Amino acid sequence: MATMSGQSSKPQPGRVIPVGLAPPPRPTLPRLGPPPLQPTERKGHGQAERPRLASRRPILHTLAEAAIRVLAFSSIAAVVLIFVFIGKEAWPLFHDSAIWKEVTLAKMWFAQQWPGYDAAEHVWQPVSEIPKYAVWPLVVGTLKVTLVAMLVAVPLGVGSALFVSQYAGRRLREIIKPTVELLAGIPSVVLGFFALMVMATWLQHALGLDSRLNALVAGVALSFAIIPVVFTVSEEAFGAVPRSYVEASTALGAARWQTIVRVVIPAAGPGVAAGVALGLGRAVGETMIVLMASGNAAILSANPADSVRTISATIAAELAEVVFGGAHYTVLFFLGVLLFAFTLATNLLGEFAIGRMRRRLGGVA
Amino acid sequence: MHKPQAQSRRIQTRGRSILGAITQGLAVAIALLAPLATAAGEITVKGSDTMVILGQRWAEEYMRAHPSATIQVTGGGSGTGISALINGTTDVCQASRAMSAAEKEKLRDRYATVGVEIPVARDGLSVYVNASNPLGEITMDQLKLIFTGKVTNWKELGGPDAKIVVYSRENSSGTYVFFKEHVLKNADYTVRAQSMPGTAAVVNAVAKEKFGIGYGGAAYAKGIKVLKVKKDAESPAIAADESHVKDGSYPLSRPLFFYLRNKPTGDVGAFVDWVLSASGQAIVTKVGYYPLK
Repeated sequence: MATMSGQSSKPQPGRVIPVGLAPPPRPTLPRLGPPPLQPTERKGHGQAERPRLASRRPILHTLAEAAIRVLAFSSIAAVVLIFVFIGKEAWPLFHDSAIWKEVTLAKMWFAQQWPGYDAAEHVWQPVSEIPKYAVWPLVVGTLKVTLVAMLVAVPLGVGSALFVSQYAGRRLREIIKPTVELLAGIPSVVLGFFALMVMATWLQHALGLDSRLNALVAGVALSFAIIPVVFTVSEEAFGAVPRSYVEASTALGAARWQTIVRVVIPAAGPGVAAGVALGLGRAVGETMIVLMASGNAAILSANPADSVRTISATIAAELAEVVFGGAHYTVLFFLGVLLFAFTLATNLLGEFAIGRMRRRLGGVA
Repeated sequence: MHKPQAQSRRIQTRGRSILGAITQGLAVAIALLAPLATAAGEITVKGSDTMVILGQRWAEEYMRAHPSATIQVTGGGSGTGISALINGTTDVCQASRAMSAAEKEKLRDRYATVGVEIPVARDGLSVYVNASNPLGEITMDQLKLIFTGKVTNWKELGGPDAKIVVYSRENSSGTYVFFKEHVLKNADYTVRAQSMPGTAAVVNAVAKEKFGIGYGGAAYAKGIKVLKVKKDAESPAIAADESHVKDGSYPLSRPLFFYLRNKPTGDVGAFVDWVLSASGQAIVTKVGYYPLK
């Protein structure tokens, strides 16, 4: 606790200096001349430049401020507009009786007894004599791939972050860190292609799977895209644990591993959680890798060796050729709303966790 | 020109199932084209979903070579195209089936002509399996059972005891619809059918999947085995090669037609002649169908 208050009091003198640069008090100081009230720290800034700055700053400031404000709000506006647009295109599903003839929310979420099928089933067959829009196979497919990806990415990402921040020497860290971050730079098409051509065959032979393309292959390929996200945020979180915590623990006689397990990991916990949440958001929304490596069959099952069709891949594959404003189009936008809401929720969760950690560590992170 | 074409592509994918949407789409296409309607040398081409892609390529190439010409290509299905020909709303109808007697009669009642049928290309859909698959032929019935998920093991077809991995196309594909109509008789594909983004992807998947099966244009068949197809258990097995597709003995082969009300003359005549010329027929091969000669 002592360190926390120590940390939080530090920034304050730092903040005072910029306030001192602000125009209003400035001109009064030189005029006061000989008897400076608290002059010692301010004298060093050079009084000759002050009057010029005082006349220019306000305009520059207001302009820059306005520009930054516009930029900040434009990205907010973009998010809002995107959500409004997607929502607007999905809205007919909730009120348009012409679309209800082909699809209703009930038909989407509950198993239906379709002609030609033996039992009530969840079927995604949007191009058919009787179009069928069951969303569960897609939702379960998305969650299945995401789960596999997270099961691979979280241990690897958090583990390597822990190693880099706690164990690795300077040189090793300077090799590992950029390499993992380089992974983030690999286009998802390339990852997807690699999964499609190489990994699928390899995994099929190694595990004796029925089909090459399935949730497992897609999930593992997807984890390559998630690892850098989890790694970067976790590494930052571990790095943000104050030295004094570690020193205090060591001083009390804790071994290194004890310090890491009992002190570092709990302190960085929310940061790691944030990394996982951000990775989750990326995994759910990622399109190209799953489109290429999952096989895209809308099978409702728990088996990770089955081919899956994810929400994002479905939108990507079907939206381009669908009748504008038709039932299929509306359903695809509804899927978009689901996806958007989910990624938004996970990202907010991640941001919340980061914020909580910052507060806990007293602004160090 | 691009917007109406894009519109027609969308229509093509859903086929006849949503009439309302099609009319809406056509209305948009017509509205967009209204300013062009007065342009000299405009030709409208309407009909088969299978042929829209071919018609569009022909139109693009023809307009590039003849800048004064304007060709508008839309889908909707062979039936829609033939109705349009009868109603006088299209100059050329593309059809992947022959006109029925009833349709010819309607045309005669209105225009005192039975219309002109011009075969412009041939289409043959191939069935791919892995090169190591011992099977050499398959019946149309077996194909239906496999792709609707009633048969799931190669053992049931006299092959090895292994699960069949079914590869299909994305539902936005015309080939998906063609196969569904002609092989599955409009039944749904099995949910286990994996959707590939293109024929090349199907070929690649089947080449790597020991127990896979897929379908697509014969032009793509490299590194895999193409099964001979039997119309039924008693018929001979026919390979999807150029000669069998051209003479129509291959069960999944069919001629692709242009239908016109009268013998083509003027701008339409020039376009039809060009389609049948070497450069027009070269595009047929490029698109993935078979030329006439």
